[in-house]
Amino acid sequence: MSEVIVITSGKGGVGKTTTTANLGMGLAMRGKNVVLVDTDTGLRNLDLLLGLENRIMYDLIDVTQGRVPYKKALVRHKKVENLFLLPTSQVKDKSAVNPEELVKLCEELRKEFDYILIDCPAGIEQGFQTAIAAADVAIVVTMPEISAVRDADKIIGELGRADKENIKLIVNRIRPQMVESGDMLDMDDINDILSIDCIGQVPDDKMVITSTNRGEPCITMDKSTAGQAYRNIVGRLLGEKVPFMTFPKEGFFSRLKHVFGM
Amino acid sequence: MLNALMKIFGKKEPSGKVARDRLKVVLIHDRASVSPEVMDHLRRDILDVVGRYLDINPEEMDISLANDEDSVALVANIPVTNLRHGGKR
Repeated sequence: MSEVIVITSGKGGVGKTTTTANLGMGLAMRGKNVVLVDTDTGLRNLDLLLGLENRIMYDLIDVTQGRVPYKKALVRHKKVENLFLLPTSQVKDKSAVNPEELVKLCEELRKEFDYILIDCPAGIEQGFQTAIAAADVAIVVTMPEISAVRDADKIIGELGRADKENIKLIVNRIRPQMVESGDMLDMDDINDILSIDCIGQVPDDKMVITSTNRGEPCITMDKSTAGQAYRNIVGRLLGEKVPFMTFPKEGFFSRLKHVFGM
Repeated sequence: MLNALMKIFGKKEPSGKVARDRLKVVLIHDRASVSPEVMDHLRRDILDVVGRYLDINPEEMDISLANDEDSVALVANIPVTNLRHGGKR
């Protein structure tokens, strides 16, 4: 049985594409047949995060407009051979694909793949409506920042209006030390505010940037804390009960510093 | 003890808590924003129900959602022109 998962957020820059790349890679490393569909037409980046930018021949628009069958547009990952990317066009805009076309494409992809992950553009306009059209599950990515949480709430409302009931939350870029000192919203706060089932909290990790620089998602790096968080999320998506990560607490002296406002 | 110390040194409330409180309020307002279409339906339905019991002037009827500091209220001002006996059947 296959599952179509859309990764969305409302606000830009919270880590939708990074999350898509890592979860896709993780599911493929666990032996699943996975295709990642980039719907951020005009601002495509999923190819870069996977290190596949030089292998693209055709794109999503070529497929939906019937110029090539989808198999011709798929790009196989260099190392993980059951992971594929369906890139979008960098020159067209969001109006180039409509919801019906994406639903039809996903029906075809369901026959070949266990997981179809859709990377959604920011915003709540047509691109968003297209990206969510075929989804069985929506993963909302947010950050412990007031504007990102508000936008996540808006997106959850929009998903509800589109009759998407299976919604999960990922809180990205948590800074454990700021949470500890009370200067950052924590997962419980965000759970309480959004009332959505949370499937992961990802710490802010430099290795997300260094791995992106190399075109290798951080989930492949054993030492990456964000990578570990993504591996946990992949486990949960596969139905495993994985306990949530605990972050190292601040030491006594730094806490004392905070008390004295230093 | 910690709180007392914080007071002495004039330390402000942790910003995480401020963010949480602000979000809670702003989301009540966000979630309560109803499209004009829905407001129109609501207006018509209220008119329908109230009209069964009271003579009202639809022209002067006013319905809106009012945002308070931390709550939202449906405010309806419906001038009654005449009372019916035992309701309309």
